[in-house]
Amino acid sequence: METCSLAALAVLLALYVRWTVSLGPYSGAHKPPMFGDYEAQRHWQEITFSLPVKQWYFNSTDNNLQYWGLDYPPLTAYHSFLCGQIAHLLNPDWVALNASRGYESLQHKLFMRATVLVADLIIYIPAVIVYCFCMREIPSKKKISSLCCILLYPGLILIDYGHFQYNSVSLGFALWGVIALSFEWHLLGSFVFCFALNYKQMELYHSLPFFCYLLGRCLKGGITGRGLFLLFKIGVTVIASFALCWIPFLTETEQILQVLRRLFPVGRGLFEDKVANIWCSLSAIFKVKKMLSSESQLYLSFLCTLLSVLPSCIKLTMQPSVRRFKFALVNCALSFFLYSFQVHEKSILLVSLPVSLIINDAPLISTWFLLVSTFSMLPLLLKDGLLMAYIITTLVFLLVSKSLLPAPENMSEESINLKPFCISVRRYLPWFRLPGYLIKLSFCTSLMGMAALTLASAVLVPPPRLPDLFPVLVSSFSCVHFLAFLFYFNIIYFWDNFNDKSKKKL
Amino acid sequence: MAAPKGANVGSRNSSTGSKSKESGDGGWFVTLAIAVSLLKCLLLPTYHSTDFEVHRNWLAITHSLPVSKWYYEATSEWTLDYPPFFAWFEHLLAKVAQYVDPEMLKVENLNYASQETVLFQRLSVIITDILFIYAASQCCKCVNGRKDRRDLIQKPAFVLAVLLLWNFGLLIVDHIHFQYNGFLSGIMLLSIARLYQKRVMESAFLFAVLLNFKHIYLYIAPAYGMYMLRSYCFTGNNPDGSVRWRSFSCLRLLSLGLTVCSVFALSFGPFVYLGQLPQVLSRLFPFKRGLCHAYWAPNFWALYNMVDKALSIIGVKLQLLDPATIRTGTMTRGLVQEFEHSVLPSVTPMATLVCTLVSILPSVLRLWRKPQGPTGFLRCLILCALGSFMFGWHVHEKAILLAILPLSILSVTSAKDAGIFLVLATTGHFSLFPLLFTAPELPIKVLLMLIFTVFSVSALRAMFQRERALLSWVETLYLCGLVPLGAFCEVVYPLTSWHQQLPFVPLLLSSGYCALGVTYSWARLYISALSDLPSAKQKKNQ
Repeated sequence: METCSLAALAVLLALYVRWTVSLGPYSGAHKPPMFGDYEAQRHWQEITFSLPVKQWYFNSTDNNLQYWGLDYPPLTAYHSFLCGQIAHLLNPDWVALNASRGYESLQHKLFMRATVLVADLIIYIPAVIVYCFCMREIPSKKKISSLCCILLYPGLILIDYGHFQYNSVSLGFALWGVIALSFEWHLLGSFVFCFALNYKQMELYHSLPFFCYLLGRCLKGGITGRGLFLLFKIGVTVIASFALCWIPFLTETEQILQVLRRLFPVGRGLFEDKVANIWCSLSAIFKVKKMLSSESQLYLSFLCTLLSVLPSCIKLTMQPSVRRFKFALVNCALSFFLYSFQVHEKSILLVSLPVSLIINDAPLISTWFLLVSTFSMLPLLLKDGLLMAYIITTLVFLLVSKSLLPAPENMSEESINLKPFCISVRRYLPWFRLPGYLIKLSFCTSLMGMAALTLASAVLVPPPRLPDLFPVLVSSFSCVHFLAFLFYFNIIYFWDNFNDKSKKKL
Repeated sequence: MAAPKGANVGSRNSSTGSKSKESGDGGWFVTLAIAVSLLKCLLLPTYHSTDFEVHRNWLAITHSLPVSKWYYEATSEWTLDYPPFFAWFEHLLAKVAQYVDPEMLKVENLNYASQETVLFQRLSVIITDILFIYAASQCCKCVNGRKDRRDLIQKPAFVLAVLLLWNFGLLIVDHIHFQYNGFLSGIMLLSIARLYQKRVMESAFLFAVLLNFKHIYLYIAPAYGMYMLRSYCFTGNNPDGSVRWRSFSCLRLLSLGLTVCSVFALSFGPFVYLGQLPQVLSRLFPFKRGLCHAYWAPNFWALYNMVDKALSIIGVKLQLLDPATIRTGTMTRGLVQEFEHSVLPSVTPMATLVCTLVSILPSVLRLWRKPQGPTGFLRCLILCALGSFMFGWHVHEKAILLAILPLSILSVTSAKDAGIFLVLATTGHFSLFPLLFTAPELPIKVLLMLIFTVFSVSALRAMFQRERALLSWVETLYLCGLVPLGAFCEVVYPLTSWHQQLPFVPLLLSSGYCALGVTYSWARLYISALSDLPSAKQKKNQ
């Protein structure tokens, strides 16, 4: 069978899963007064459709910022504006100013779901296809399997099509950026990545590796000669693309400042809900939020994040290569998720994207990570009534990745990319052997643990003294995993020599 | 989706040892079956038709009423009209259902559809499909005779497994529209597989059981009867292939008859004892319905009706007919329930019966004269199913699955049948589109259809790449024509203003267009069955 039809089948299957998930409930369905992210997106359509650009980010009688005020960058606002125009054409009630608050109907749900699908079809899915098919020196079967696995990643599907968000847009732009950089189209890459940043400020998680990689490329070209020129070109591109996105807001400084204030609400605290990051997990035993002033929380988290990302960034700047760039994306995004300020549970998707990009390099660990990342959002999904969809899509993903990806049969050091590390350990501890069965065992235990916790959260009633027992357990469980993954990815990053020439290259 | 998955399962198997490859359906079949079952579970929240209420009502009837009232109960308009085994099946299901939601088991709770009820009924379909999965695995073993070192996705067994398990028709009819065709087709496929495996008694038993689950399978009974008589009761042939009359084995005939009769006795016995047989039969065979089902199945009568309509319009235009005398049917309403012919003679149930029998007869006679083993039987079975689909009374469009599923088995064994299969499956499945008319299900049916069609075309083409092209350019053109037709019927037409006044036009167009394809594949299949096949080659294949 031709590769082309296999790829078509993979994409069609991914679309099928996406659309069937979207038949389920969304966040805040029938839950007045605040509803959920679905209502937030609808409300943004209403605001951007009805009000002039100047008022989008400002509090006014028609735009109560307390009720899902616009707090995403301008590209999201334009997207909402576009959707609002279409919504108005189809049914003016959907975006009637103020009157449409909390509007819910089957038709409207269909419309909203369709907008997600269209955005996904235009931006994210083509990016994944191009990414998978541009990997050189890889047999076409492997391309198909990684395409299938990346597209079937349950986390993104559940959040975009179940919970309701447009993550595929920003992630898709970021992926286009990665693709462009791996083709050495540096200007295009930075241009597209600016779009990602201007769609969702959370893309800042990815920005350091982009910056360091480009800087490293410039340094390689000679900081006085061609490199400087390249740096200059990139700088101009970035400024120009930012200006392009911000045109309507550039007229007054107050506008710019207001948008920025909306984008970075420092006052919202160290973390929200139950996030699988270090701060939330620590507070199970040590009440970080109460013990430290909010300013010192900010500094602490900044310091930890910096310490965690710095080594990867320095190495990437010194020796930029595409493969290293992808691993650096993983390290930085994961560090940001674990240590930074004001993290949402959904931000794990920003880590999942680069992890799914290395699914061919480290199949077992990537699959494992993607499973845990979906699991870490379990409390959110339970709240939205997406338990069924979560279980099914996760099992499908597990099954597909198990049968498609080459399973490291004997768990050799080579197969999980730890050979260089083990060799250097053996210099000091000659008896050291990596216990292969232990990794397999811990993978299975981890799966069991996730299954057990899922079951417990779904079925058991927590004791009245500890109403948050299961969410805390879920997030701590995931956090331990994420710390281990960070450790693992850092080891690979610093020991593997990432020789672009000999190894497979994007 | 199987396809890409399989690709790698194959490559993995070959690297780790060909253990599972040898047995034919090793690890990959289980993986595939689980994956398909999971993907079916995704359809849980979709729309369900009135058939859902039909089956809920039957659950209630069989649970809360004594057997003697099963076929008399008429609180709901959806009275029990399946044979007794199906009623018992519902009775068993109800035993579980009472722990899920006892409310659904009350006869007077019409249109009751709580979340638990939906979950229970949907899951019962998915779980009973295990029988279908088992039958599919048996069928795959039958086509896996050749030792070939081909890639897994080009192996006949794998392609057949996907064609059966991911059958578009079963997916939408069972898991969205709601019916239990999966396990019924499973019994049918299993009995076919048993014939391939020369376990004729088992096959006969299974088919008798099947008939007592759903009597629509009576249509394919002639093929069974003839094959059993010719190739089982007569144990030998003359050198020229004709029957040797001396070889008749009374013992075999008796044991066959005993098996079948005891199954029927078990099923209908209680009702005979209660003196309710006429009532049961009148429920099973309601001839009061119209010639065509609400949505015209793409068969001969759809074409007949269209010709009649065209003639009457032309006649009025040319003033050969008086508009006043033309009986205008109820066609202008959304559903075409009864249709009065204005030019051509009206069709009676008897006439359809005669047409059906006449259309089946040559294939059955052929089975007598040249049995050609299980393949010949299968061909005859498909022709019976198609013949009754073409000419039957009040045929449902879903009945095409009766032909498509067995034809899948043939399609992976010869290039010629593969071509016919592609035309029949694509048109037959397309004609099922009107079953789902709600907007959220539109993408689902299109995606499922595309997955099935892309897979079947590319997999069969890859399998027979060394032989001639599977489809001629006319067939390709015809099949491509379904795309604009589908776009027009599903998207463009509902947006126009005609949709309000003439809502039946898309149905008419698609059933007319599909009827051409179904008729064409029926004719081609007939020709290939009646013309002399290179039987030596066929035998080698088995």
